[in-house]
Amino acid sequence: MKQRLVVIGAGMASGRMLEHLFEAGFDGEVTLFNAEPRGNYNRLMLSPVLSGEKTYDQIVTHDAGWYESHGVDCRFGEPVVKIDRENKVVYSAQGGVPYDALVIATGSAPFILPVPGKDLPGVCTYRDLEDTNAMIAASRPGAKAVVIGGGLLGLEAAAGMAARGAEVTVIHLMGHLMERQLDPAAGYLLQKDLEARGIRIHCKGATKAILGRDRVEAVLLEDGTVYDADLVCMAVGIRPEVRLAHDAHLEVGRGIVVDDQMRTSDPAIYALGECVEHDKQLFGLVAPLYDQAKVLAATLLGQEAAFKPVQTATKLKVTGVDLFSAGDFAEAPGREDIVFRDPGRGVYKRLILEGERLIGAVMYGDTADGSWFFDLIRQGKDVSDLRDTLIFGPAYAGGPTANPLAAVAALPPEAEICGCNGVCKGRIVQAIEGGATTLDMVRAQTKASASCGTCTGLVEQVMALTLGDGFTANANPPMCKCTDHTHEDVRRLIKSRGLKSIPAVMQELGWKTSGGCATCRPALNYYLLSDWPLEYRDDRQSRFVNERNHANIQKDGTYSVVPRMWGGVTTPAELRAIADAAEKYAVPMVKVTGGQRIDLLGVRKEDLPAIWADLNAAGMVSGHAYAKGLRTVKTCVGTEFCRFGTQDSTGLGIKLEKLLWGAWTPAKVKLAVSGCPRNCAEATCKDVGVVCVESGYQIGVAGAAGMDVKETEPLLTVATEDEVLEVVAAFIQLYRENARYLHRIYKWVAKVGLDWCRAQVADPAARAALVERFRISQSVYQTDPWAEHAARPADWAPVADLTLRAAE
Amino acid sequence: MTMIDIAALDDIPREGARVVRTALGCIAVFRTADDRVFALDDRCPHKGGPLSEGIVHGSLVTCPLHGMVFDLATGLAQGADTGSVATHPARVERGRVLIGLEVMRARPAA
Ligand code: SRM
Ligand SMILES: Cc1cc2nc3c(=O)[nH]c(=O)nc-3n(C[C@H](O)[C@H](O)[C@H](O)COP(=O)(O)OP(=O)(O)OC[C@H]3O[C@@H](n4cnc5c(N)ncnc54)[C@H](O)[C@@H]3O)c2cc1C
Ligand code: SF4
Ligand code: FES
Repeated sequence: MKQRLVVIGAGMASGRMLEHLFEAGFDGEVTLFNAEPRGNYNRLMLSPVLSGEKTYDQIVTHDAGWYESHGVDCRFGEPVVKIDRENKVVYSAQGGVPYDALVIATGSAPFILPVPGKDLPGVCTYRDLEDTNAMIAASRPGAKAVVIGGGLLGLEAAAGMAARGAEVTVIHLMGHLMERQLDPAAGYLLQKDLEARGIRIHCKGATKAILGRDRVEAVLLEDGTVYDADLVCMAVGIRPEVRLAHDAHLEVGRGIVVDDQMRTSDPAIYALGECVEHDKQLFGLVAPLYDQAKVLAATLLGQEAAFKPVQTATKLKVTGVDLFSAGDFAEAPGREDIVFRDPGRGVYKRLILEGERLIGAVMYGDTADGSWFFDLIRQGKDVSDLRDTLIFGPAYAGGPTANPLAAVAALPPEAEICGCNGVCKGRIVQAIEGGATTLDMVRAQTKASASCGTCTGLVEQVMALTLGDGFTANANPPMCKCTDHTHEDVRRLIKSRGLKSIPAVMQELGWKTSGGCATCRPALNYYLLSDWPLEYRDDRQSRFVNERNHANIQKDGTYSVVPRMWGGVTTPAELRAIADAAEKYAVPMVKVTGGQRIDLLGVRKEDLPAIWADLNAAGMVSGHAYAKGLRTVKTCVGTEFCRFGTQDSTGLGIKLEKLLWGAWTPAKVKLAVSGCPRNCAEATCKDVGVVCVESGYQIGVAGAAGMDVKETEPLLTVATEDEVLEVVAAFIQLYRENARYLHRIYKWVAKVGLDWCRAQVADPAARAALVERFRISQSVYQTDPWAEHAARPADWAPVADLTLRAAE
Repeated sequence: MTMIDIAALDDIPREGARVVRTALGCIAVFRTADDRVFALDDRCPHKGGPLSEGIVHGSLVTCPLHGMVFDLATGLAQGADTGSVATHPARVERGRVLIGLEVMRARPAA
């Protein structure tokens, strides 16, 4: 009797398997069930169908004639509902079909987010022709579509609908697109390209609900954003379709467990495709499934074969977007990166080496060498010989290893060095010979390396060649080992090039590491939030511990808590609340600080939210005693009580503190206001100090009393309190916009000159503009961080406590 | 080795860490930008700094107290510094974080 083979699922994997079987002359009887009311088509090509570049007919892989000529009994539109293993029969709603061998190839089911509104009409997934047609129907020009999920599928859905004229928004939970295949730099370039096509991208967006009465109308995010939508496509992931196998009590992990021969825990039942789990691994791309198809065909024919998963490579099928990733690109010990960035062309390439072997590659913008790298990865070849030029691809492979200086020496005078300003080598040599002996002078005279700065290294090499021993490299060192740029360059370029995220800076300015380091990340985070207060979102993970936890860490890992005490003035009620908190949380030391307020030292991390909540309840907010930001405004008693006071120094100090608190600055900022030149508030050694006199207010700046001690220098003398507030706000904003990270005001003023600062804040128009920019920033950042964090106490406690478990 | 389910992956911020309290001290469980997890004793060998509060960059962490840098996988100090932190097995399975703790077995019955 002929072998009876039953196949559940007419998808990409089983289709390929049947081809192999028939080519080898298999002469059993095949019954093929499929839940979709059609046979096998190329699922990958649904995206070109969605975008209108192909029709459904063009992507059918097996038509009715093919099934007929191989005698396949097609049961399309007839899902299998049950497997009876004992009697070897599968059941659909139409009845049972007996088998000798059974193949489960049910693929995956899209994952549906369990949010309210998920069942409304107008919500679809992206898996089959029905979904594709629903999206085509909804993509009239001007229609609004929201895609949830910025992975491969979501982006193909978004690009396809956008190509048909819909206004598309992509909501993605993670910080950058396609985070499973791309690192942040490549994700940033991809986002930029998609935005250029009019697709709106919302990263770090968590969907809270889908809104609508009879059908979808909008999508609501956790952060309160609402996007109107005529259609919502959920593309948040897939789950192996294992329900049949599970009900039949086959061994199922995340997928149906199979061995190297694709056999399940029942020797008469096999499985392949996305529904299986092999060696703890799942599969979501088609290449390994084709290998499984070959192995299973051989197994069914009684031949020896074993499945070994291979590396897979990913490409996004969006016309005009060039992206490639393969292998393993996670950072890990013993691994090294080679990073190449060409900001001008929007190119990014990163190779990951482990020992002598290439193990991963990510590329964006220029993927021509992708298959060559992919080959090196798969072969596990020793690439140590190629290493120096590896990133330039096969064209350079095996060539002589280049000495960079010799290469520059060999360049002809007309060779372009600075692409942004079109400056050639000859022009630079001419300038140097004419007396430009420093990089700054070369920059000023030729404009070479004055724009994006990527060619700075080249320019320096030209200088080294021309000046010989007379050349000493730039005295202002780069920010850190991740970049050749100085802090000043980075600040300037962030503004002039409109860079608004850490990955954007790293890509456009040619960072040499993929994720920065503990030196550059906090600096970049500050520069971005200071330059783009409305657009940029603070990155908590790029902050030092004190600013991340809004408390000062102590040597034993506990924290100190300092509530604000405006101008050093307090009340009995506040003191009572501080005393109560100190007792309630068993604070080991209560101390009066050098900044005129009270410090609660030695608080345990998990108690922070509670103690903050208690202090908040008494009307107190964070004193930012930990911040690169406004610390204290010390005051003396002034006219209110002192017989010598000339102005209300206490009141002015409180006003200044209320104006400035919450603002992040390059380094900490401390103020003081003294009521007369006796200067009891020590205003003459502060970052900004005001000394009141009969005729008004002397504003001094750039004092120091820490590691250096230095008297303030007079900035301006003004007549009214309002002017003091304006001048100080403008001066602080000038500092915020221009200083390098971690430079106190006195160091910054020494660099830019007090005269320049004075000119900026004395000019009424410039002053008003600075004040306005400060006000905008404060509208975002003047919030009490304690209140925000006290609302989520669980984040501050250990994530698990195993001490109890161990005792069991 | 018993692997213990301690939390959902998303309970730990990317490029951050959370702490697990055990009878033999706290363990810092780190999550990298690309969703790998590592478990190390939460005590810097220098002066006991809580590594869980350091800045995570790539697969390294910088101690918050005096800036020593450690490799999350090996626990070895980087650069010119010497010293190391004990590491524990950790992995992600179905969105959950599992850590392996021989320290728990070593604990005398209470
Ligand atoms: C609590 C306090 C000492 C006290 O008990 O009085 C204090 C404590 C610390 N100071 Fe200070 N400073 C304190 C007033 C000062 C003063 C005096 C003042 O503000 O009038 C100065 C000199 C003025 C100045 O800032 O220049 C001062 C100059 C410093 C410096 C040197 C800064 C400099 O640029 O030279 C540092 C180191 C740094 O910031 O890098 C520092 C750093 C520190 C740190 C944050 C060390 C650290 O990074 O962990 C200390 C935290 C201890 C802890 O565990 O909480 N502390 N520190 C004072 C808090 C004032 C407040 O209410 O906010
Ligand atoms: C839009 C899109 C684009 C993609 N692009 C790429 C790409 O560029 N590169 C890449 O490598 N991969 C891509 N993929 C993934 C690729 O399509 C899948 O990996 C592949 O199709 C999986 O093959 P399969 O045979 O396991 O499952 P499927 O092809 O999904 O076939 C499973 C079939 O089983 C049927 N079925 C399920 N349950 C039952 C039941 N109880 N009874 C009967 N029939 C049932 C289903 O209806 C389905 O037709 C893409 C996927 C989509 C949706
Ligand atoms: S002077 Fe400041 S930094 Fe130094 S020990 Fe005292 S509190 Fe700490
Ligand atoms: S305690 Fe970690 S570096 Fe000092």
